[in-house]
Amino acid sequence: MQRTALLAIVLSMALAASFGSVTAAPVNYQLPDEVAAFKPGPNLAVVQGNCSACHSADYVSTQPPMKDKKSFWQAEVTKMIKVYGAPIDDADVGKIVDYLAATY
Amino acid sequence: MFDRRDLLKGAGLAAIAATLNSTKALATNTVTLPFVNGERPLVKYPQKRPMIGLTSRPPQLETPFAVFNDGPITANNAFFVRYHLSDLPYNLDPDKFTLEVKGKVDKPLKLSLKDIRKMKATEIVAVNQCSGNSRGFFEPRVAGGQLANGAMGNARWRGVPLKTVLDMAGVQAGAKQVTFNGMDGPVSDKTPDFVKALDVEHATDGEVMLAYGMNGEDLPFLNGFPLRLIVPGYYGTYWVKHLNEITVIDNVYDGFWMKSAYRIPDTPNNAVEPGTSPKATIPINRFTIRSFITSVPDGAKLKKGGITLRGIAFDGGKGIKEVAVSIDGGKTWTNAKLGKDLGKYSFREWQLPVKLTTGAYELKVRATSNGGETQPDQPRWNPAGYLRNVVETVRVTVA
Repeated sequence: MQRTALLAIVLSMALAASFGSVTAAPVNYQLPDEVAAFKPGPNLAVVQGNCSACHSADYVSTQPPMKDKKSFWQAEVTKMIKVYGAPIDDADVGKIVDYLAATY
Repeated sequence: MFDRRDLLKGAGLAAIAATLNSTKALATNTVTLPFVNGERPLVKYPQKRPMIGLTSRPPQLETPFAVFNDGPITANNAFFVRYHLSDLPYNLDPDKFTLEVKGKVDKPLKLSLKDIRKMKATEIVAVNQCSGNSRGFFEPRVAGGQLANGAMGNARWRGVPLKTVLDMAGVQAGAKQVTFNGMDGPVSDKTPDFVKALDVEHATDGEVMLAYGMNGEDLPFLNGFPLRLIVPGYYGTYWVKHLNEITVIDNVYDGFWMKSAYRIPDTPNNAVEPGTSPKATIPINRFTIRSFITSVPDGAKLKKGGITLRGIAFDGGKGIKEVAVSIDGGKTWTNAKLGKDLGKYSFREWQLPVKLTTGAYELKVRATSNGGETQPDQPRWNPAGYLRNVVETVRVTVA
C-alpha cells in the first residue's frame, strides 16, 4: 500500500515536471513550436512580413472558401488595419489581398 | 515537454494519449470537421490532451466531440481554449499576482492570490461556451474561428463571489458597469486590449464568480490561471482569463470588444435573413438552449437491436425541463430520461433506450428549458456566426 502510494507520488511528480505544471512559480508555460505556415503564392514575403507579427498563418488557412474571395479578403485586411491597428503600408494592401484571394 | 517531432508522428500522439489516460488512443494526427475546409491538426499542449488545433498563435483549441460522452463534467485537460490576442502571460508568477479593484469604489483593493484563497469559497457547476461555437456549420459561411461543436465545456468552478470583493471595495452610488481586464494583451499597442463589461446589477448578483479552481485543481494555464471570471449562463467572451483588473465605472463601457465585437442582431430570436446585416445590434449575452447526442457519432454504422442513446443538454440558466429524441427524422418524439441535476447552469445528461432495425436513421434531439425555450428545426443566422442551436441530427445506418 505504502509503496503504491509512493509510486503514485513519484509518478505524479514526473508527470507534473513533464507537463510544465504550475505548482512552482513562475509558470513558464511553453507553447509547442508553431507549425502553420503561409502557402506559397504571389507576394508571400509581404504577407509573412505584415500578418505574422500578430497571428499565425492558420488564422487565414482555416477560413471558409468564399464565393467572392477578393471582397472577402479585402474586408478582412481592412478590418486588420482599421480595427486592430495593423501597421500595413498602403502599397502592401493590394498585394496582400491578391495573395489571399489567389491562395485561400 | 514533448518534442514537436514526436507530435508529427501518429505513434507519438498515440503514446501521449495513452499517457494522459485518454479514452481513445489517436492513430492519426489530423481530424476533419464536417464542413468544407475542416481539416485540423491534433495538437498537444502542456496540461492538455491532444486537442483539435484551430490556431497556434494565439492558441485556440477545440475539444474532440467524443469527450462529451465521458460524463457531464469536461476534464480540465480536454477543456477548449480561446484567446484573441497573442501576448499571453506565459511567465506569470502566482506569488506576485495581484487583482486590482478600482474606479468608482470607496476603497480600491489590491488582492493577492493568497488573499482571495483565504476568503470563503463557493462552487458552481457551469457550462462555458464560446460565442462562435459551431460557426463552421453556418450557411452561408461567415468569417471567424471555424469551429465545430467542441468549443464548450462544463466544469465545477471554485472561487469567491464577485459580489464579495465588490462589497469589500464598496461600489459607489451612480456606478453603472464593471469592466474586466486580464493579463493577456495585444502585440501592438494599436490593437484594442481585450476588456469586457457587465452591468453592476449582474456583477453583484452573487453568482458571477472569481474562480481559481476548476474540477478540484488549479485552473490550467490556457483556461485562465490563476484567476478567471465565471459568468454562469453567459457566453465565454465574458469569462475573462488571467483576470487582474476590475474597474467600476459610471457609464456604459464603450471599448471595442463590447461596442463593436460580440454583437448580435437586435431582432426576435437575434437572427436576420441569411446573408444580410442587422440594422441594430446588442451585446451577446445568455446561451441559447442546445442538446446533443454524444454516444453515436454522425455516420456511424450500428448493429440492429436495442441501443441506449445518450447525450447532454444545457441552456442559459433556466435549467433543462425535458429532452425529446426522434429516431425517424423528427416525425415522432419520445422524452428521454434526464440524468442527475448538477445545477441550472450545468450540462444535463439524458438517455433513452431505442430499438433499431435495418435501415438508415436520422436521430434528432431537442431540449426544452424550464423557461419554455426550445430549439428551432431550422438554423437561425447572424453575420458573426453566434448562437447556433438548431435541432441537431445524427445520421446512422443499421445493419
